[in-house]
Amino acid sequence: MSSTAAHKPRPKYLNLAQIRLPLPGWVSILHRISGALLVFPFTAWLLYLLDLSLASEAGFRTIQGYLALPLVKGGMLVLIWAYCHHLCAGVRFLLLDLNKGIELRPARASSAAVLVVSLALTAIFAGLLLW
Amino acid sequence: MVKRLVVGAHYGLRPWLAQRITALVMALLTAAALLLIASRSPFTHESWSALFDRGWMRIGTLLFVVSLAWHAWVGARDILMDYIKPDGLRLALQVATLLLLAGYLGWAVEILWR
Repeated sequence: MSSTAAHKPRPKYLNLAQIRLPLPGWVSILHRISGALLVFPFTAWLLYLLDLSLASEAGFRTIQGYLALPLVKGGMLVLIWAYCHHLCAGVRFLLLDLNKGIELRPARASSAAVLVVSLALTAIFAGLLLW
Repeated sequence: MVKRLVVGAHYGLRPWLAQRITALVMALLTAAALLLIASRSPFTHESWSALFDRGWMRIGTLLFVVSLAWHAWVGARDILMDYIKPDGLRLALQVATLLLLAGYLGWAVEILWR
């Protein structure tokens, strides 16, 4: 039995430096980057904050002071963006899995929407939580 | 239609599906958490720790962390398979990811049931 598909080199590795991305490609790679950041360090950071905040009244107040530091606020801003982008892009991918919006124009429009909505949500939550 | 020589098992359908189901679980729990926190102002240590004294809050949080670990494992594995070419390094990073995620689970349990 012969099949050309079976002789393709697998697994296929991608060269990031040679890829010029269209808008949906940016949503996709940012989905990966935000996902990786959420796994590490952000989950560890959030667990640390949850640990300290529940441990004692003093721990809770320590965090309030900690969250007022500019560097910490900056980190939180990236965390909030990563969460919002990953969630919005994830919803888009789920819809694509269901064959919704897979034509070129809707796919471009929805990827622009993901980028804009996740930035808007980041601004809202950062405004509510940090400033 | 792509012609493939099909040998072997389920071609990653199970992790693919698990990743999507855990994503939905986390999305729903995120919405629930936002509503919950919005309804609990003022935000103090008392109201915060009272919230985590509830059994359903602990179970819900644990469900989130379990979903996260499972979801993150599928995603991290995809990323490592795509970009890390040396087999030994990829295996080492996969093991490190699994240990990290197992550590998160243990830590979450410790925080929630202390």
